[in-house]
Order: sequence, then C-alpha cells, then structure tokens
Amino acid sequence: MSKILNISLPPHIHAPGSVASCMWRVNIALIPALCCGLWFFGIGAAIVTVVSIASCMLFEYVITKWMLGREPRISDGSAALTGLLLAMNLPSNLPIWIVIIGAFVAIGIGKMSFGGLGCNIFNPALVGRVFLLLSFPVQMTSWPIPCADRLAYTDAVTGATTLQLLKSGAMQASDMDLWNLALGGVGGSLGEVGALAILIGGCYLLITRVISWHIPVAVCFGAVVLSLCAGVNPLIEILAGGLLLGAVFMATDYVTSPMAKRGMLIYGFLIGAITIIIRCWGAYPEGMSFAILIMNGFTPLINRYVKPRRFGAVRRAEAA
Amino acid sequence: MGTFKKGGIHPPQNKLTAGSPIVTLALPRRVELLLSQHIGAPATPIVGKGDIVVRGQEVAKSSGFVSASVHTPISGIVKKIDTVRNVAGQPVTAIIIEADEENHLADEERRTNKTRVRSDEELERLTVEEIRAIARSSGLVGLGGATFPASVKLAPPKESKIDFLIVNGAECEPYLTCDHALMRESGDEIVKGVELMRRACDAPEAIIGIEENKPDAIEILAKASEPYAAIRIEPLKAKYPQGGEKQLVKAITGREIKSGCLPASAGTVVHNVATAYALYNAAAYGVPVIERVVTVTGKDLSRPGNFLAPIGMRLGALIDYAGGLREDSGKVILGGPMMGRAAINLDAPMVKGISGVLVMAEDDSHRRKEEPCIRCAKCVDVCPMGLEPYLISTYGRLRLVDEAQQNGARDCIECGCCSYICPASRPLLDYIRLGKKLIADKIQREKINK
Repeated sequence: MSKILNISLPPHIHAPGSVASCMWRVNIALIPALCCGLWFFGIGAAIVTVVSIASCMLFEYVITKWMLGREPRISDGSAALTGLLLAMNLPSNLPIWIVIIGAFVAIGIGKMSFGGLGCNIFNPALVGRVFLLLSFPVQMTSWPIPCADRLAYTDAVTGATTLQLLKSGAMQASDMDLWNLALGGVGGSLGEVGALAILIGGCYLLITRVISWHIPVAVCFGAVVLSLCAGVNPLIEILAGGLLLGAVFMATDYVTSPMAKRGMLIYGFLIGAITIIIRCWGAYPEGMSFAILIMNGFTPLINRYVKPRRFGAVRRAEAA
Repeated sequence: MGTFKKGGIHPPQNKLTAGSPIVTLALPRRVELLLSQHIGAPATPIVGKGDIVVRGQEVAKSSGFVSASVHTPISGIVKKIDTVRNVAGQPVTAIIIEADEENHLADEERRTNKTRVRSDEELERLTVEEIRAIARSSGLVGLGGATFPASVKLAPPKESKIDFLIVNGAECEPYLTCDHALMRESGDEIVKGVELMRRACDAPEAIIGIEENKPDAIEILAKASEPYAAIRIEPLKAKYPQGGEKQLVKAITGREIKSGCLPASAGTVVHNVATAYALYNAAAYGVPVIERVVTVTGKDLSRPGNFLAPIGMRLGALIDYAGGLREDSGKVILGGPMMGRAAINLDAPMVKGISGVLVMAEDDSHRRKEEPCIRCAKCVDVCPMGLEPYLISTYGRLRLVDEAQQNGARDCIECGCCSYICPASRPLLDYIRLGKKLIADKIQREKINK
C-alpha cells in the first residue's frame, strides 16, 4: 500500500472554539463598558487602561519566557483580559506606577505563581485590585467626577461614589436617580459606571455562549435577597458600584468558578449575598471584589460536593 | 418532539449522501471472512481448504451463547483459512473464498432474483422460538455498529418484562446516511422486521425513533407501519448522541436506564433499523447477513454514496467505488466522525459492523494542539451522562483508578462530546477510556485473586 494514513482516536471532528476565541470574546464584550469609561473619564481612563493591559502582557511574557522557560502564549488574550479587567476596577486618576504594581501582582502573584493559565485559584485581576486597595487606600478611593474634565489625569477633580455617599449618610437612597446610575453619570472605577454598557457586553457573552446565565443571575438574586433582608433598595445595590461588572465579567471567570450548574448557582448567590453584607455592615462601602475572592476560595470545595446529577444514578435507598 | 435533556452537541451534519440511492456493488471474486466480526466468542470454521461453498452458506458457526455465525456472500472454493490483517493492522483469522466466472454469474443471478422462502402469512405464524432461531442462524448482529449478537437481545431475561421495543433510526452521527437510505427505500421491509422483533421479545409496543432531519424517512415508515397497531414512529430532535442507547430510551419512553444496567432493566430492548431489515431479509428470503448498506463519504471523494456492499470485500475496493482516495486524503474512518475508528489497513475486509467509511482530507485529519484546561465546564455541560469529563480524564491520565471509578468513569458511553467541545482541544475521551480500561483490569485482577 502506497499511502500512509493518519490515525487518531475518536472523535475526529472538533468544535470551532478555542481558548483564544473565548478570551478575545470576553475582551470584545468589555468594549461597551470601556467606551463608557473613556467617555466619562477621558484621557485618564485611556492611560490607565493602556498601561494596565500592556504591563500585564509584558509581565506574562517575561515570566513565562525567562522564569518558567515555557513558550509565551500572550496571543491567547488571557493576559490582555486580566489587564483590561484590572483597569476596569481602578479609578481613572491612578498614577502609572501604581497601575504597574497592580499588574505585576495580578499576573505575577495572582496567576503565574500558581502555574499560569488555568491553574490560579483566585481571579488575577481582583488579586491585583485588592492588593492595591489595601496598599494604597487613599489613591484607590479617590474617584474623579465623571465628565468634569476629560483632559485631566492625576490632577482630576475627585468626588465620592454612590456607595460612599450612602454609607456615610451624606445622601439618602430616596434621592438617587436610577437612570443616572444605569447610564453611568456617577463616580466609580472606570469600568463599573455604565450599567447598561455592561449588560450589553453580558448579552454578547450569553449569545456567543461564552458564559451561561447561571452565575450573573444568581449574583443579582443573592444581592436582592440580602438587600431586602437588610432593608436597602435592591435596585440601587445592583446598579451602583462594581456588582454588575463583577457578576458579568469576573464572577464568571472560567478558571475560578465552579464546574457544575448547581455549584454556579450557589457560588453566585453567595457572592451577591456577601457583597451586600460587606456594603451594609462591613468597613468598606464596596464589597464585590472581596466577595468574589472569598467565593473563589470556596470553589474547589463546591466542586467537590456539588456534582451534576448523573444519568441513571442509583439513589442510596434503592441501592441498599 | 422527543429528545434527551441532559447535554449533547450539534456538530455540522455534513450528510453529503442524504439523497443518494443505495447502489448495489458487484460481487467481488475474492472475499476474506473474519471469524470475529461481532462482540463475543469468534465463530468456529465449519469448512476447510478446498471445500466448495454456495452464496449464503454458513462457513463458520456461532461458538457460544454470545457469538454469531458467518456466511459467505459469494459461491466458490475455500482457498485457505489463514491469518490476515484487520483494519487496525492486527492479525486475525479469516476464511478466504474465491469465485470463478461461472460462480460469479450464478451469484449475480441469485442476488437479483431473490426467492421467497416464507410468505408474509407464514411470517405471521412464526413462533417466538423460530424468530430467534432465524436471527441466530443468519448471523444477525447489531448493525448499528455495536455488533452485539441480535439473538441474545431478542431473548430478554425472563424476569424482566419488556414494555417497549425501541428501534433506532436516529442516525445522529454526522456524515452517515446508510440507515436513512435504507428507511427511504425499504420502509415496508423494516416495519415487517420490527414486527418480527417485537414478537420475539414479547413487547406490547414497538417505537421507531427517527431524527427530524429525515422527514422523508419518518413519512415512509409512518405509512408502512399504519397496518400495525403496535408499531409507531417517534420523531426526535436532531442532536448528538440521540441514537445512544440510553439517550434514545430516555427520549422516547422517559425511562432512565440505571447505571451499570441493561435496557431490559427499564423494560426496553433496543435494536437498529438496519438489523430489523436484515432480520426480515433472513426470515422472508433466507438471506443471512452477507451484505449491508455502507455510506462511503467525505468531502475528498468524487462519488460519495450509499452502497450495498458484500461482507468480506476489500475496503480499498469499496472506497474506489466512491471515487478512491486522493493524494491529499489523510485519514479513513470506519463509522462516523464522532465514534468511528481510524483505519490503518485498507486491504482489510469489510465486516458486519461497518456502517460508514469516511475519508478526510489531510488538513482535517490532524488533532489540534493541546492547551491548558481553563475549567470552562463546557465538557460538563455537554456530557449526556451527567459526568465530569475533565475530572475523570485527569484521574485516568494520573492512573488514579479508584477515583476515576467513584466519579462514574464506567458510565461513560464514549460519545466524544467532551473532546469535541473542549476549547483547549484536550483529548478528554482518550484518558477517560484509559481510566475505564484500568478499572476493568482492576476488577479482573480482583476476580482472579478471589
């Protein structure tokens, strides 16, 4: 026989998706929220975003190539995504050197020290963000006022976020303009201010099946339930702060969220609940980052005990 | 519309030969009949070198309860009983028969003018035992691809009451259209075969499940089954693996076959439409399983089609009828692209279980580069058995046999949905199969130690 045939085990066909396509789709889905940030915060938002993405990709490249001795894989978009998500969680007047430290912690400690893509326990972008929040509390909680001066960077005029105002009692929930919250005319991190833009990105991710509805819906449900228990307006809690950004883009992070659908519901519900608990009774006005990181830590436990129902599973009583 | 709920995928169907009629291939002058073309004990040869055999004659008989006999599709002389290489290149025993011109012409004549050995009235009077005996003596095996001896499944254990005979016309594998073509062209024969099966396993109702992407087959079989009150057609959603035994039973009856149990435990017996057709052919015309419909397809072939191919003919010759391999053909798959096996040796003979021959271009025949698992849980989503493929696969790779077993490795039906969907192109099924093999070995060892 002349021809030598290729052999392999089945299946012999493959779905079109790849790791890179998943990651780039999430990047694309963040564009509406990014545009919102650029519109409200101008040049500062652009600088923070570019520096964050570039330094995340650089750190990943350097660490994989020179420290781990592996083939760098920055083209798969996961380092860019970490950079973009980190930027989304920063105030737009943050000095460049702090952004670079955040990127280093996110990629170096949050991701690569665990073994790189797929091995990290905690969401890298949030590891970076929380590190900065604890290390630079002043810079991390001074929020430029939206649309005030788009050409200002670190010298931007700052003000408080909705949640800070509510927490300090400077403002009453009944005075809030919900439309303003939804469209983004409030202070906050550069990616969290446009609730509608975040939802547009979320819809794109749902349609392209990058994420399923379970985690975002469970996060919102958990937040609503706890808001009602705590006697605060659930709609404000969902629209203000980083809850939506976290629910759609960060709680759904593949690597750090549970594998089974029921596990996702439990995980999401608890993220929503813990966020409201921190907001209402904790020291910080915002609790989304902490809530996600706490539940990231519980993900292996959830994976261990919450399994999908097996086809033809024999119930214990029947087996006995 | 019936379907199984949990998991499943929608691969591109690529049914290139969906409208192609069944083309009867000329009988070859030489056949190699493997003694083991089925699950179970290999058949025992009952002819020797130099014997004269006639088309349809039994040349090797079933050698146990789970075994099947082998018949010759051509008349001629037994050249030798020898070791040949099968499609995987492994040495196996075969009976090699050659025909001369006179034999050949006589066989073609016999083939075109089939004579009835039983009229339809006589078929109706056949007893349960007689139907099972026909299945046994005609070497009937599950022609969907599993090749489990049909006579065994037609005699369900006494303690399980059978409520439904489920007949699989789903044909959920991409590319394959052999069952579709058979249903379109031989609807009456299939329904009559189903009726024989239904009586043999004493089921009050027989249901033929067909995916909705074959509306002509649904219509033809619905019409053919009108005279039979106990037979009905169930259109199913087109979704892979709709034709998986457990998924099919779930989709049609809503019953779930318990882990580790046979369909009979849920009051069902499952057969394929091609098996029903072959049973009718054996009962009405006395023709044993000596030929079957095969889809020979692939974007690389110039004349893909559905062929009635004799058992024992050379696979390479079969591919030549469809246009032959090209310079840039890279892989030949026996069966569909999801569960079929890649062939090494195209000089190997056709066997009963081959439902399709799929030729893939060089560019399509390589696996993609493996990337790190990003824990996206897509494999968990698509698993029709509700397993966690990423986990079992890791246990298999690390040879953690007990962990693989506890997580249900043995429930895996090897449909390949997990490997298909994995964005990181991880060979999940390969390692799950390794895990299953290690579990089977362990159980075997424990048995011996007892």
